[in-house]
Amino acid sequence: MSFFKKLKDKFSGSQEQEQTTEKYTEGLKKSRSGFSEKMNNLFARYRKIDEDFFEELEEILIGADVGFDTVMELIDELKMEVKRKNTSEPEAIRDIMTEKFVEIYAGEEKEEMSSELNIQEDLTVILFVGVNGVGKTTTIGKLAHQFKSEGKKVMMAAGDTFRAGAIDQLEEWGRRTGVDVIKQAEGSDPAAVMYDAVRAAKSRGADILLCDTAGRLQNKVNLMNELQKVKRVIEREIPAAPHEVLLVVDATTGQNALIQAKTFKEATDVSGLVLTKLDGTAKGGIVLAIRKELGVPVKFVGLGEKMDDLQPFDAEKYAYGLFAQAFEEKEKPDNQPADDE
Amino acid sequence: MAFEGLAERLQGTMQKIRGKGKVSESDVKEMMREVRLALLEADVNFKVVKQFVKKVSERSVGQEVMKSLTPGQQVIKVVKEELTELMGGEESRIGTAKRPPTVIMMVGLQGAGKTTTTGKLANLLRKKYNRKPLLVAADIYRPAAIKQLETLGKQLDMPVFSLGDQVSPVEIAKQAIQKAKDDHLDYVLIDTAGRLHIDEGLMDELKQIKELSSPEEIFLVVDSMTGQDAVNVAESFNEQLGITGVVLTKLDGDTRGGAALSIRAVTGKPIKFVGMGEKLDALESFHPERMASRILGMGDVLSLIEKAQTNVDETKAKELEQKMRTMSFTFDDFLDQLGQVRSMGPLDEILKMLPGANKMKGLNNVQVDEKQIGRVEAIIRSMTKDEKQQPEIINSGRRKRIARGSGTSIQEVNRLLKQFEDMKKMMKQMSSMQQKGKKKGGMPKLPFM
Repeated sequence: MSFFKKLKDKFSGSQEQEQTTEKYTEGLKKSRSGFSEKMNNLFARYRKIDEDFFEELEEILIGADVGFDTVMELIDELKMEVKRKNTSEPEAIRDIMTEKFVEIYAGEEKEEMSSELNIQEDLTVILFVGVNGVGKTTTIGKLAHQFKSEGKKVMMAAGDTFRAGAIDQLEEWGRRTGVDVIKQAEGSDPAAVMYDAVRAAKSRGADILLCDTAGRLQNKVNLMNELQKVKRVIEREIPAAPHEVLLVVDATTGQNALIQAKTFKEATDVSGLVLTKLDGTAKGGIVLAIRKELGVPVKFVGLGEKMDDLQPFDAEKYAYGLFAQAFEEKEKPDNQPADDE
Repeated sequence: MAFEGLAERLQGTMQKIRGKGKVSESDVKEMMREVRLALLEADVNFKVVKQFVKKVSERSVGQEVMKSLTPGQQVIKVVKEELTELMGGEESRIGTAKRPPTVIMMVGLQGAGKTTTTGKLANLLRKKYNRKPLLVAADIYRPAAIKQLETLGKQLDMPVFSLGDQVSPVEIAKQAIQKAKDDHLDYVLIDTAGRLHIDEGLMDELKQIKELSSPEEIFLVVDSMTGQDAVNVAESFNEQLGITGVVLTKLDGDTRGGAALSIRAVTGKPIKFVGMGEKLDALESFHPERMASRILGMGDVLSLIEKAQTNVDETKAKELEQKMRTMSFTFDDFLDQLGQVRSMGPLDEILKMLPGANKMKGLNNVQVDEKQIGRVEAIIRSMTKDEKQQPEIINSGRRKRIARGSGTSIQEVNRLLKQFEDMKKMMKQMSSMQQKGKKKGGMPKLPFM
């Protein structure tokens, strides 16, 4: 049984399973179509693996924003594999490729690489960081909704005191989800907001405190210092907090996302990623590189605008969603050539 | 993980060629592979790269590169010229309608920076062209987007038109134009909601606004960090709306910005402005050549020179040069110089603009400690007038007093005095060199690096 078939079988179990798999396949529809078309096309056109084949494969992967070095390594590994198997059949490496993707995403099932959140018995503090315009506030709003519907007592901290209207934006989410927002005036010290928020969350017995911060470009040293200060203030109030520091990354971002992850990790010890806007045509392939080079796992993906379109990340489902079409063709009983579609 | 510029990439190939004396076609091919990788790494779309490399390759196989004694530099020259040409040309003027008001639509994906750019553009229109813009809040979907524009309007002291989030954007646009006519405002900037280019319903809404307002300009606002998908986004917005120009935002980050090239190549529409910071005056004209250097990882010397020109006082610089020559450079001058350099912006940003700075040992990832600069300033400010003019007179008693006065330690005061002496010596050497050549003075190593 092929690796892909195994994945597929795995998800056609319970109804709930099928529902979330559905969300992935639906949300990734646009991301996938271009990608799998190109893959099919590639495998259909080449009867034989040669340099040109690899160059095209390289381009498809780069086209999905898979990190540059990661692509080069992957191609090298595939070349080795072809040599080892002594084959020139393109089909022979199709399976290996999916497998490699999932491997990078899922890693060995190490605990620190899991997409589970580090939820505490009492108060869990989650800090959100990232560059401007990636969707931090929206992500917080969606998560607040989810935690709330799980019956948790949620609070939010309006730590973006810089951007015009940011506090109002979070407050609007507060109204929609029925969650309290701790805030100060625009332009005030974000660290002071966090101090208030942590105090308030403790005294009101909240389960979850979601902390928003202003978007900042990672090369602005003073702003990164400010972020460290925000984190320190939280740490001082609760020694183990923040229990999660989530870096929000826009799926349309290119190679720069890797530098973002590296710099934010150095400054705030990022524990996971949220990959937003994956419902467009972007593939967000850069998370592969981030995972591989920095060991930071993806925890959530944004697959649409609705409140429940923020899904816990599942490496296998992501790979399935991305490859589904490309491989379903192949799984057809009489194995029709892919260019017949 | 640090990105290599094209120059560094070509070094390996160059070394191989150096021994041979003649450049073969396969050498060129190898160099083209490096060009290709450098562009891909900068997020230029792979299709665009392919076409581009083909063009460069044709020129390179010809006379220019193969006959050159410095083929590597020739390749870089050819690549840069072609890049500049591809992106280049038009200056960033803004169209004016025959009959006012002129309507400008701002469109783009979520989080690209439309609202901020709308504010910046309004500011520019008023400052540079003396126009009176009306800001229109047509993003009724994102929570508090209207509030954001209203806040910007307040900061700029400009009128903002909104009808809340229950009226359709098409209606808002319609009424806004009427309002501009009534109030004799000559520009109407419509801030639309961010949307995916594949969202048919929302794209239709934009078409309707376009239909009704016949805008002079439709600016596509694009995040300069966008990866390969930039072409899909730009192509799609252009096909459906016919954009007239592009605004590239967040270029004050450290992205290479290959998206700029991709967008230009697939839409043929000019990049009109670039967003260079969070403040409302941080919208600048687009310079194709600088962008080319940036994509190739060659530093942005021109911007640096321009910054220096606008921020450094010419007569003061002359005076300083004179002082360096005669060794009469004092702590007062030093404070002055420090102030001028700092007025150019955060030091680490200035360093980043130097070509090769990210490669240079010791300079890559230099974290300029702004606090340390503050301490240096404090030490100097704790000196008496005489001490600043004649640092020689600072004895141990005075050192103690200066350390206490500035809240630092004697060691720190000593270090600064020592560095200041070294600097003076260096200046003397430099100025004697300068008198022979005509090179202008460089920046001595400052005591906080």
